[in-house]
Amino acid sequence: MRRLRAPGPGEAASAATALRRALGSLRESPLAITGAAILAFWLAMAVLAPVLPLADPNLPLEPLRPPLSVGADGSTTFWLGTDIKGRDVLSRLIWGARRVLVWAGLATLAAYLVGIAMGLVAGYRGGWWDEALSFLANLLLSFPVMVLYIVVITRIGASPINIVLAVTFASAPAIMRIVRGLVLDLKTRDYVLAARTRGEGALWIMFVELLPNARGPLIVDACLRMGYTTIALATLGFLGLGLPPPDPDWGAMIAETQPMGAFAGHAMLFPALAVSSLVLGFNLLADGLREISLRD
Amino acid sequence: MRAPPEEGPVLACEGLCVSYFTRAGEIPAVVDFDLRIAPGEAVGLVGESGCGKSTVALAIMRYLGRAGRIVAGRIRFRGRDLVPLGERELRRIRGARIGMIYQEPMASLNPSMKIGAQLLEVPLCHRNLRRGEARERALEMLARVGLPDTRRIFGSYPHQLSGGQQQRVVIAMALLADPDLLLLDEPTTALDVTIEAGILDLVGDISARFGTALLYISHNLGLIRRTCDRVAVMYAGEVVEEGGVEEVFGAMRHPYTQGLFDAVPLPGSDRATRPLRPIPGRLPLPQERPRGCVFGPRCAHFRAGICDRRQRMEALTGGRLQRVRCARHGEIRRPPRGRSTGPPEAREPGAVMLEVRGLDKEYAVGDGPFTLFTGDGRRRIRANRKLDLLAREGETLAIVGESGCGKSTFAKVLVGLEPATAGRIRFEGREVAAAPVEKRERELVARLQMIFQNPFETLNPSLTVGAQIARVVRKFGLARGREEVRRRVFELLELVKLPREFFWRRPRQLSGGQKQRIGIARAFAGDPKLVVADEPVSALDVSVQAAVVELLTDIQRRRRTTLLFISHDLSLVRYLADRVVVMYLGRIVEQGTAEAVFTPPYHPYTEALLSAVPVADPAVVTRRIILEGELPSALEPPSGCPFHTRCPRKAGALCEEREPPEQRFGADHRIACHLPAEELARGATVFRDAGLPGFP
Repeated sequence: MRRLRAPGPGEAASAATALRRALGSLRESPLAITGAAILAFWLAMAVLAPVLPLADPNLPLEPLRPPLSVGADGSTTFWLGTDIKGRDVLSRLIWGARRVLVWAGLATLAAYLVGIAMGLVAGYRGGWWDEALSFLANLLLSFPVMVLYIVVITRIGASPINIVLAVTFASAPAIMRIVRGLVLDLKTRDYVLAARTRGEGALWIMFVELLPNARGPLIVDACLRMGYTTIALATLGFLGLGLPPPDPDWGAMIAETQPMGAFAGHAMLFPALAVSSLVLGFNLLADGLREISLRD
Repeated sequence: MRAPPEEGPVLACEGLCVSYFTRAGEIPAVVDFDLRIAPGEAVGLVGESGCGKSTVALAIMRYLGRAGRIVAGRIRFRGRDLVPLGERELRRIRGARIGMIYQEPMASLNPSMKIGAQLLEVPLCHRNLRRGEARERALEMLARVGLPDTRRIFGSYPHQLSGGQQQRVVIAMALLADPDLLLLDEPTTALDVTIEAGILDLVGDISARFGTALLYISHNLGLIRRTCDRVAVMYAGEVVEEGGVEEVFGAMRHPYTQGLFDAVPLPGSDRATRPLRPIPGRLPLPQERPRGCVFGPRCAHFRAGICDRRQRMEALTGGRLQRVRCARHGEIRRPPRGRSTGPPEAREPGAVMLEVRGLDKEYAVGDGPFTLFTGDGRRRIRANRKLDLLAREGETLAIVGESGCGKSTFAKVLVGLEPATAGRIRFEGREVAAAPVEKRERELVARLQMIFQNPFETLNPSLTVGAQIARVVRKFGLARGREEVRRRVFELLELVKLPREFFWRRPRQLSGGQKQRIGIARAFAGDPKLVVADEPVSALDVSVQAAVVELLTDIQRRRRTTLLFISHDLSLVRYLADRVVVMYLGRIVEQGTAEAVFTPPYHPYTEALLSAVPVADPAVVTRRIILEGELPSALEPPSGCPFHTRCPRKAGALCEEREPPEQRFGADHRIACHLPAEELARGATVFRDAGLPGFP
């Protein structure tokens, strides 16, 4: 049922009401709230890492202390214990969250920029542009993602920038296909024809008439893709191809402790839980957003 | 077999109230609804969107979904109340004893199953027939609904059939169970008029033969008059007036029913004698229903103290079936209708604005990878063939025809969205056929604009109304600077009679009619000389339609803009067009002044098209011509005259072999037909007014 709302007195006010409405509808989906809460928790941890009373994440203290143990000095508590090298797991977890959120965010953003550009051109231009770009995308998609990552990173070396490049390489084709599909549908709408009949150029049509109206499905997909990228970063870290040491990386934390097996269960368990909860947060938020968008 | 006729009505709704329960709370959709349908009777439920007519059908089928609930009343089917029944018992009634036919035939057919298998389900499931027997009955039913080559159709998939054939299959499927009651929810709204006419006749025949009761649900007053014995007019969830169709449509008492009739064009009336009158205001939201008469806030006859009480249905005196929900029905008299007294005032023909000569437009289809192996395997659709027409300054030229006739393609070629394949288009003396809109000069683009069909797609949902009009103003270089642009946008909003507040609104806050007004403002921003309007009101409710049509023609006349009005609605075309072009399968079959096209001599296609238009006015008698067969595919158009496959007046082999010559009648009337001129001239008028002699 369509409801009419009173008009806002100005554009600024209507933007504010739009935001309030978005938050309001978020509140009506328990899935979305749960997801958003998990993400908010990690986001807060990541932002507050420098001001929290944490030990230096790279400083070796006492190796392999169990969770909730008190340090030799009698005053420090290792809430989540320490790892093989004696570094505080809690501190590494929180600083790790900062790192994973920053680089997963940047990598997803880069993948979106490339994917959107390719998808808009392929979908709107059609013809040879579409043939060529779709062929390129299919070529990349036919490669197992992990193999693609490993090939790219072993070729050009493991650095944050290279990881962003690898993720862009692997994700952009899928994003391009989504954008292309949305554009193929949207470009037949009357408002796009109306823009053409007043002589608008291709750039205006792609970025003003098409892209903003494709945003719903793209936001949902971006949430999911942040989750995938988090997993990818953790996997690369686990394989030793991730963000370079010694700064904490959740995947690398699991890998480092792995040879010790049962003796250092906690040092493996907590980073693993961190990865799972963050990915779960993204997935729940995506599901919730999809539910909300279908309902209205 | 069929149960012997029982006493009493097939269906009786008593005090039915249906509400939807949403986040906003309880929303009443149908209030205090009474209806009785006798065996073999056809009853119409008519009203505009949001009046609750479809909810009634869903309630009868008990298909309301999770949000909808019957909050009071009874639905007696053959005496048995359906409301308390459980799913299991309902399944035995749905499909078997009550059939339902929806607007969109593809929504009722499974695209992955052959027609035959879908048809067989009905007798196998509901009637426990053996397979062979069921098959025989299904084939028989396909023949009975007028489908040719039933064995081929039995083995086809739904997508291989045309829209009209699909709807016939759906009707066959509903009838196979031999239901007592058939609910038809806008059964022909998605179909062309000539196809619609055939389907309505078919349903009527079958109902007469089997004694099936029919409940038609439609927004189309003409369709209700053509098909139904009785009618109930709904407004905002209530029946406001009911009775025999001729009774109600001939002497309607409720102001809303009167408003509906004043908003639709009727044959024999034009702009000068009977301008369309929209109903002021808008439908109240279900949660804001007025306390008293639901129509009160929009009613010219509202009287405080009488109308702000709840209104009850009252029977009219004098032995009539008619009942009205209006306390003042005794006092309200409808002013007599204006009648056309002769040809409309001839207006000064202006200079030629648009000249189209020999225009061809072809599309290549099947441009797939197999082209490589089959040589030039591309097939071509000739969407426009040898179009010749003129449009003068300030005149309204209507292009009419059914879907696939090429009228929208012509519009796209004209505004430069598609390039022409051959031929010339001269606009204000400039050749534009070959120039895509991207290559046209800014000034030319501003002078040749378009209004689009679908109000829900015509505005970019992400931008405010103001931003969208402002963009046009800037694009055409009409104003510069924030303040000046804003002033121009306000002027344009004023032009389409919308308040300034709309500047800040977003498209989703607008109704369909308001969106279409913004579309008009946008098209008229650059002071165009020619505006192409492609079915600008076909998606709107009639009362809104009237307002938009009046607004559009008003602006057009004041500015002496040439309007190219593309439509399938012949009553509307008759109402507003100065000249008419009739198209069939990409070709012009007839053109001339509106007066000439709507009176004999007719092209046989124009004649059939006119006769297919359902007319709501009981004073008008329509001569019936039902076309046989389906619209041929544009991929394989018939040889010779494109209409020869369906033409009821086909002259012979000549029509199949040679393209018809264009014959001239008078100064501005041309018909492309092989029939000799005397033969064409002998035809009688399609519409006759029983009340007034000499009415054209």
